[in-house]
Amino acid sequence: MFARVTFLPLAVVFAVSVLFAIYLWQVGPGGKDISTLPSAMIDKPVPDFDLAPIQGRQSGLKSGDLKSGISLVNVWASWCPPCRVEHPYLMDLAERGVTIYGINYRDKPSDALRFLRNLGDPYKQIGADTTGRVSIDWGIYGYPETFLVDQTGRIRYRHVGPISPQVIETILNPLMDKIAKK
Amino acid sequence: MTPEIGHYAVAFAFIFSLAQGAIPLWGAHKNNPLLMNFAVPAARFQFIFILLAFVCLIVSFVESDFSVALVAQNSHTLKPLIYKISGVWGNHEGSMLLWILILALFGLLVGEFGKNLPSSLRARVLSVQGLIGAGFIAFLLFTSNPFLRLDPSPLQGSGLNPLLQDPGLAFHPPFLYLGYVGFSMAFSFAIAALIEGRVDPAWARWVRPWTLVAWTSLTIGIALGSWWAYYELGWGGWWFWDPVENASFLPWLLGTALLHSALVLEKRDTLKSWTILLSILAFGASLLGTFLVRSGVLTSVHTFATDPERGVFILLLFVIVLGGGLLLYSIRAQSLKVGGLFAPISREGALVLNNLFLATSFAVVLLGTLYPLLLDAFDAGKVSVGAPFFNATFVPLMIPLLIACPIGAKMAWKRGDLSGALSRLRAAFASSLVVIVIALFLDDNRSILAGCALGIAAWLMIGTTLDFLERIGFPKRSAGEIYRRFVHLPRSAWGAATAHFALGVMVAGITVSSVWQIERIQIMRPGDKVEIADYTVLFGGAGQVDGPNYSALQGSFSISKGKDKVTVLLPEKRSYPAENSTTTEAAIHTNLYSDLYIVLGDADGKGGWATRIYFNPLVPWIWVGAILMAVGGALSLTDRRLRVGAPRRSVSSLNSTLPQNR
Repeated sequence: MFARVTFLPLAVVFAVSVLFAIYLWQVGPGGKDISTLPSAMIDKPVPDFDLAPIQGRQSGLKSGDLKSGISLVNVWASWCPPCRVEHPYLMDLAERGVTIYGINYRDKPSDALRFLRNLGDPYKQIGADTTGRVSIDWGIYGYPETFLVDQTGRIRYRHVGPISPQVIETILNPLMDKIAKK
Repeated sequence: MTPEIGHYAVAFAFIFSLAQGAIPLWGAHKNNPLLMNFAVPAARFQFIFILLAFVCLIVSFVESDFSVALVAQNSHTLKPLIYKISGVWGNHEGSMLLWILILALFGLLVGEFGKNLPSSLRARVLSVQGLIGAGFIAFLLFTSNPFLRLDPSPLQGSGLNPLLQDPGLAFHPPFLYLGYVGFSMAFSFAIAALIEGRVDPAWARWVRPWTLVAWTSLTIGIALGSWWAYYELGWGGWWFWDPVENASFLPWLLGTALLHSALVLEKRDTLKSWTILLSILAFGASLLGTFLVRSGVLTSVHTFATDPERGVFILLLFVIVLGGGLLLYSIRAQSLKVGGLFAPISREGALVLNNLFLATSFAVVLLGTLYPLLLDAFDAGKVSVGAPFFNATFVPLMIPLLIACPIGAKMAWKRGDLSGALSRLRAAFASSLVVIVIALFLDDNRSILAGCALGIAAWLMIGTTLDFLERIGFPKRSAGEIYRRFVHLPRSAWGAATAHFALGVMVAGITVSSVWQIERIQIMRPGDKVEIADYTVLFGGAGQVDGPNYSALQGSFSISKGKDKVTVLLPEKRSYPAENSTTTEAAIHTNLYSDLYIVLGDADGKGGWATRIYFNPLVPWIWVGAILMAVGGALSLTDRRLRVGAPRRSVSSLNSTLPQNR
């Protein structure tokens, strides 16, 4: 029995090395690109979810809400520095009449509310993803992330990281115009 | 010419490392003193040639020789001299050379100062060290040659990532590598001991200084990195649970466990197999970090531009070194004699508990770091595991460890007296309760968790201090006796007390700064005032200033407290034309109790500026704690028993000195 125990670390290291080898092979030349993220979600309907509101607010967010028109879904948290960077641009978008929904990822309600109070609230509705399950369903990779969802509830574009005026000008605006014309 | 000399020097060092890896090992096997002693000059020459190569690379950087590809990619004529030099290790190839230099330095030190080691042990240690060196030099020569020439050579270099042009980061990698590579010594000693089949208290004493050097340097390295993140990234945070931060934290956790378990081996001749395993894994964790950072499987601010070929090479090194070491361990560990027995309630028991918590937290951080990679490798989805996971898992593991720390330190070896230890800590317990009550009373949010964390901090600081006073006989003994004990208390006891006290300081800093941070984020126009904590911040406007290789927008903020002027803070947003990027330079006013932290944001085009002003209470304690911890490590390093290194003191004579010894 004891004899086998001493082989355990070796087995663990072996398993980890195999994992690394698989991953290295995947990210190798011509393989999986980890800097731009996979487009598996593009043109698929948004995953089913039903999130409660942030404690102390009224309406939450569920997948059905996203079928009423073109909208952006922004995944954010008060503890995420880049979320603060993109926040003014979200405020601008909201002022211009773009519908933005929020998924508040693993946040303390008091922190999230303070964030909105201090920086402004661009969101039409926010769902609180307190356990992080819904974020996993959406395939969230980093925070913040922003999805462009069309009126049928399909994801048309996904942006990882803070959005910037360039992203809005060159990608989001043209794409929203294109979808709206159809 | 210089780069070619450097390149050849690396090649020579490679040959010596191969010889160092093979000949003494064979000599030790055949018990041939001549072959065994070959290790010493081999280590010497390996070091000299690597040093020569390193100097050549520095010269190329200082002279801005852009015909060297590495210099062209990472330097610029206008860069200040210190960043030309730190640019040497601000990239993959150069930092790998530094890594190898430190590895060779450790080999040299064992060769020169390891005279009291049994010659077969020294030969085997140096051989293992030589083999590791050979692996990494081969990596450098075949995949990451720092001396590659460019033809035609550019007239100007493309500069060093401005984020790295910073005093904190200039010295962050050398310390970090001293730590990473330092654990290779514990590894080599463990492998040598497994080959010899003998692990005893003398072995633990020989390894201890190397582990202490590694641990102390790693502590400083991590602290420098976190300090840099604090003032350079501009968010007032100091630890982000970024995968690369975790990569440096993992060996630290195991190294800390190793320092404690080696004590049990040294004093009580037991926990042999576990201590050997920790020695192997601590270096394994360092290699893991190296793999994660340099193979391109992670993307982070720290990762170097990579190609997969390198990843494969490092993975091979990882498998050979760690897999080989663990294979030897799994074959030989059972033959290690089981040493002294001890009751669960004893110093040994407490140290085992310490190791359990540290090893578990290691496993948790490792899992959190590798989990996204694991899921992605099997196309099971993309996740990012961030601060929420680590705070929810790591912190609960630390709480019992920190509470047990002063109690364990008061326990006797073999069989301890829990109620006795607790009763001698009554005063510490009472004062922590008082601290909790005060904290809850002062805090508007009544955060129970924060109050308890502060209580733990007080418990650590006061408990450690009380223990220290008791050891020197204060206040029961006469002044002369106290002085005598004070002077004669082993330095290791001083070191342990300092490091444990430092832990308390750090816990206080972490708690207070994360719970009672105040932030003010707003648009300010010149003349606007913001009140924060007791301070009044007056914005005087922003203007253009120029540095040697950047131009910056500098904001001017006058700070006053009541009627008194405190200081003027000048945060900057720098843009570096050569590298085509910008950095944020937060301006910080610090006293030992709090930081006022100001970041200048973008102009709103209407005469206003986005500004972020933070009041970070007790944040300096985090780094004061880290510095004290390193001081504790250094104090312990000066302990007499490590210097004398009497090769074979008997266990019984050790036991007789136990009461003062840690």
